Amino acid sequence: MNDILTGMAEALRLILTLDPTLIEISLRSLEVTVSATIIASLISLPLGAWLAINRFRARRFVIAFLNALMGLPPVVVGLLVYVLLSRSGPLGVLGLLFTTSAMIIAQVIIITPIIASISHQAIRELWADYHDLLISLNTTRWQRIKALLWDGRRALLTASLAGFGRAIGEVGAIMIVGGNIDHATRVLTTAIALETGKGNFALALALGFILIALAVVVNLALHLLSKTERSSLW
Amino acid sequence: MVAPILPLRAENIRVARGGKTLLGPLSLEIAGDGVTIVLGPNGSGKTTLLRALHGLERLRDGEVHWAVPEPETRKLQAFVFQAPILMRRNVVDSIAYPLLLDRMNRGEARDRATDAAEAVGLGGRLSLAAADLSGGEKQKLAIARALVRRPQVLFLDEPCANLDGKSTREIEAILIEARASGTRIVMSTHNVGQARRLADDAVFLFEGKRIDGGPADEFFSNPKTPEARAHLQGDLVP
Repeated sequence: MNDILTGMAEALRLILTLDPTLIEISLRSLEVTVSATIIASLISLPLGAWLAINRFRARRFVIAFLNALMGLPPVVVGLLVYVLLSRSGPLGVLGLLFTTSAMIIAQVIIITPIIASISHQAIRELWADYHDLLISLNTTRWQRIKALLWDGRRALLTASLAGFGRAIGEVGAIMIVGGNIDHATRVLTTAIALETGKGNFALALALGFILIALAVVVNLALHLLSKTERSSLW
Repeated sequence: MVAPILPLRAENIRVARGGKTLLGPLSLEIAGDGVTIVLGPNGSGKTTLLRALHGLERLRDGEVHWAVPEPETRKLQAFVFQAPILMRRNVVDSIAYPLLLDRMNRGEARDRATDAAEAVGLGGRLSLAAADLSGGEKQKLAIARALVRRPQVLFLDEPCANLDGKSTREIEAILIEARASGTRIVMSTHNVGQARRLADDAVFLFEGKRIDGGPADEFFSNPKTPEARAHLQGDLVP
């Protein structure tokens, strides 16, 4: 209990004094996670819509596979990305290992199935409502996807935020591919792991509180910006 | 000048689902102008017929022919569903949507949508979410969205079902206006009074087959089949 109170006090001190190290790793956390969320959303949202409106032989299998990938172990993803990006690996020539780019790649792999599955579910329900209308209006496949993505944007924001939530708290994969290098790849979660290892529980908890606060602030800001709770049912 | 898509000819069409024939075999021609009313008891195939003519049903047999090739007819016909399908948009953007599909610029589309909304009495509701409209207003929105592309043929599937007298009267006025401006209307209804008020000709369906119909005066004054006679008199159809 004492550690928790000390951690909260330490968190407050770090925030009020605008501790430069805290600012640096928080910004890096945001940079990596927001980049990964945007890239994963650009892949997953159209994929979710496409899966919702298309009928093909392996569709059920693809959806089941996507759902299964939601539970992808981050450490395994980290290991795979490490092998791919390591100097002797097939993508070693890019020199991305132990950079924030490698961390973004790992996070994209982890959260793409999450965003795609949730968005597929949301769009499937909207497609059931819109099906006859969009067919009647003689829309092209792309026009259907566009209408579903636009009209389902609030549910899709939730899907993206679920991905963001998973990514910002992720530690296993980015520790492996980022290396937790000070002033280069250290982010809040890897810093927490490091401080815990060193026995600095108060500092680790302080960073943990800041991490939670950051996730809450980003979620609230996006919900407010997108007026999620204002427009009638939607 | 847009080529006329009528006459519409349905030749021996049949719609089946799960091994059960829902409609047909049935042949029908729709030409000229006016209002064709499709009548019949529940399950007689009214909705299926309209959907089949509009291309929303897979035909097991037969064909539907328009005067011009099928792809060109699509934007010149519209469908209003019994339960209005509302987009998650406000009134003006919902009505403008079909115009945006035709690559009309957003400003012009919104101007035309505003005119269409005003024409159906939704001028004061432009920025309201479609879901917040009353039942009658929702159906008016669906009709405005269908009419905004100025279709040559408008299919309506029981557009006044579950609406009160005032909303029904308002919707009938909109349809009479659309007919006057040259839109050919094909509409199903349960309401015999409404059928009498609007119809230029009628199609009577029973168990998926067209068993009666013809010019409105003739059909309503002298139906040829006992089923149609019973239906028009408000009796239970055998």
